[in-house]
Amino acid sequence: MARALQLPEGRVLRYLGLRVVQVVPTILAIVVLNFFFLRLAPGDLAEVMAGEAGSATPEYMAMLRQQFGLDEPLAIQFFKYMGQLFQLNLGYSFRNSMPVLDLILTRAPNTALLMLSSLVLAVALGILFGAISAQWRGRWPDGVLSAFSTIGFATPLFWVGLMLIVLFSVELRWLPAGGMRDLQQVHTGLAAVGDVALHMVLPVLSLAFFYIAIYTRLTRSAMLEVQELDFVRTARAKGIAPLPIAVRHVLRNALLPIVTMTGLQLGTLLSGSVVIETVFAWPGMGRLAFDAVFQRDINLLLGVLFFSSFLVIVSNLATDLVYALLDPRIDVP
Amino acid sequence: MTSPFETLALSRRTLLAGAGASLLLPAAARRAGAAPATGGTLVAVLDPEPAGLVAGLTISAPAVAVSANIFDGLVEYDEGFKLKPSLATSWETSADGTVITFRLRNDVTWHDGTPFTSADVAYSLLEVTKKVHPRGNAVFANLTAVDTPDPYTAVLRFSRPSPVVWAAFNGTETQILPKHLYEGTNPLTNPLNGKPIGTGAFVFKEWVKGERIVLERNPNYWDKGRPYLDRVVFRIIRDPASRAAALETGEAQYIPLNPVPLSDVARIKASKDLVVETRGFEGPAPMYFFDFNLRREPFGDIRVRQAFAHALNRKALAETVFYGLAKPAAGPVPSYQTQFFATDLPQYDYNIAKAEALLDAAGLKKGADGVRLRIGHIPSAYGEDYRRAGEYFKQALKRIGVEVTLRNYDLPTYIKVVFTEYDFDTHSAWYSAYPDPQIGVQRRYWSQAIKKGTPSSNASGIADPEIDAVIERIQTEGNVEKRNADIRELQRLAQVKLPSVNLLELTFYRAYSAKLSGIDLAPFGGYQSLKTVWVGA
Repeated sequence: MARALQLPEGRVLRYLGLRVVQVVPTILAIVVLNFFFLRLAPGDLAEVMAGEAGSATPEYMAMLRQQFGLDEPLAIQFFKYMGQLFQLNLGYSFRNSMPVLDLILTRAPNTALLMLSSLVLAVALGILFGAISAQWRGRWPDGVLSAFSTIGFATPLFWVGLMLIVLFSVELRWLPAGGMRDLQQVHTGLAAVGDVALHMVLPVLSLAFFYIAIYTRLTRSAMLEVQELDFVRTARAKGIAPLPIAVRHVLRNALLPIVTMTGLQLGTLLSGSVVIETVFAWPGMGRLAFDAVFQRDINLLLGVLFFSSFLVIVSNLATDLVYALLDPRIDVP
Repeated sequence: MTSPFETLALSRRTLLAGAGASLLLPAAARRAGAAPATGGTLVAVLDPEPAGLVAGLTISAPAVAVSANIFDGLVEYDEGFKLKPSLATSWETSADGTVITFRLRNDVTWHDGTPFTSADVAYSLLEVTKKVHPRGNAVFANLTAVDTPDPYTAVLRFSRPSPVVWAAFNGTETQILPKHLYEGTNPLTNPLNGKPIGTGAFVFKEWVKGERIVLERNPNYWDKGRPYLDRVVFRIIRDPASRAAALETGEAQYIPLNPVPLSDVARIKASKDLVVETRGFEGPAPMYFFDFNLRREPFGDIRVRQAFAHALNRKALAETVFYGLAKPAAGPVPSYQTQFFATDLPQYDYNIAKAEALLDAAGLKKGADGVRLRIGHIPSAYGEDYRRAGEYFKQALKRIGVEVTLRNYDLPTYIKVVFTEYDFDTHSAWYSAYPDPQIGVQRRYWSQAIKKGTPSSNASGIADPEIDAVIERIQTEGNVEKRNADIRELQRLAQVKLPSVNLLELTFYRAYSAKLSGIDLAPFGGYQSLKTVWVGA
């Protein structure tokens, strides 16, 4: 790996600068499209809130619309929004009586915690399982792990979550059924960390379940492919033991597609977290976005989309850099 | 395996208090609720998260369920819909019905320590309820002034008698807000809506969006000795199966609204550790109905509407789709509101042959494929149960040769299509009848309630001079007897003219731990303050 770090620093910086310049119009285009596409959805926040209230008078609804700025022409709304955005103000969520940025900043860490833990678990176990599968191809460990990954692939996330709750919370009473912390007692310090960790077990397992399956399959096929290559044969001919070959020669070279996948997966993990956050009452950003859709809380939704598109772009950039680190032949353009 | 509620958290103090009580009282006496235990934390569950915690401003069922703990109204109802004192100790109405005088408590302070006075009442009614409450400007339309001759007297002046206001003075509908904190601000955007200051039994502590709302006991509450609980935590859990799990594991002890899917109610009921309570919703009074769009043919023909009414088996609907948690409605007013409910209303029995004869008479003959009419139906988007009811309508109407295409939408689209565009043939939903038909029932039948873009208004488009006349009499009649006669007449006309089929009185329910005592069973109990609740042994 040390070789990869010998990339001339100036080039990396120039590359980063170039990518940032590319990112700005991309994000701008995303914001503009989001703004106009979201207005195509029928119904608005005023109607939803009046619906929640059980009834309303037309005067009340007109007042709400004026309050939310929905009575102004679309073009004006758009320019106002863009003006705010350039001051990094994501607007106000009337449905949540809170600035959008504050809402996102309180919820994003919770989702990040869930996503990253699941991702680390999924990558670690997936690579381990995949390597085992490839190493014992056609034998019983391969069979067991292939069956596991097929099930993992085919099972809906919410069902896994509910079944884990039924087993570990309702029946065995080992783990909490949902939420992020114990609400009946207030924990502090280390106890609080332990409390959150305990609440994380089931959601992280559920969310990781599907991705373990993906990484197992991916690692297995990538390793099988690399095993056939000449340099592996050479290594074997030199009399290197099977385990160092598997780890240093095969696995390292099989990691590239996994890195690509992991980078791409960050986006899909966010959508998976909507389901998991719903089932486990986890106060994260996926659920925030989901509710915003059904409440037509456009300001909030725009903010979340802006924020997540930014994250996806950053993670793509990070993926490219990791790529270059893993394989020195890949050049930073 | 441990019992589900061994995990019910009690502070050490409560455990000791509980232990003390158990030494002093025989078990039977405790179970009978002789001595409320104080202390402890109650975890309740909410869904969806409210928009704000001041239900006088952003009213929705979950907002009220939290807010009623923080704010009081002028009065409450007892189990028989009778008025009980709350912030007001007594009241009298002038002979002509245009002046109502409230005497207020003089020992009440806001949570910030400021004394509560009649100025708060005047401000709340005129500036909040009349202006920014979704129903307030309709219910209090005739309220012209509130005089405050002294800090503990509020005199409400009306331009004409308005008996309906008595159905709206309770704290779950009309809250009294602190004038000194709201005056001069825009009440809708006042930051206090997220961290409210009230006079209620519990004091707001914190609101972590998407996760929890925490309230703590108000040590200075005017209702001495109450509340019993130290803390109430409302958790937000969006998934119904997860709500059931929270209840079954004891992580939550009280779910006031839509706790579990209807299909799970039997399982929860069977558990000896859990209670399903159906009382406490007679105030909101959900009434389920099937609307015809009278703007469209062939629904202008009364025979077609009658045929539909005869083809829908309301008893089967109640028992299958709603798992018995509903009963056939005899009219638009629920039968348990005995002060208004009219007996001997015209009914439409389940009778396929009659329905087919009516359709034949209306000229809708069956085609070669057995279909005489193709229509669309939009079920309410407020829950899965109503979509399943849509499936029932489809099957039931097929039997009389009516082919139904179901159109399911998400909530905002549903509101737009049904209440703004009126783009439907038939539609089914429930509206709250509320404790007075003038608030909840007339809106389905009054021509003035055809309010484009307004949810839960007159969607069928009925505009009938006879019905309008009786509704307008109800609104202005000061004599209770005469008014009740008019309300009965409205129910008769609703059944005869049939712009919509009254299907079911829905039974809403709460679920909670069997260890809780003192659950409020008043007509708004499902939404009411938890000040009477304690955790027993």
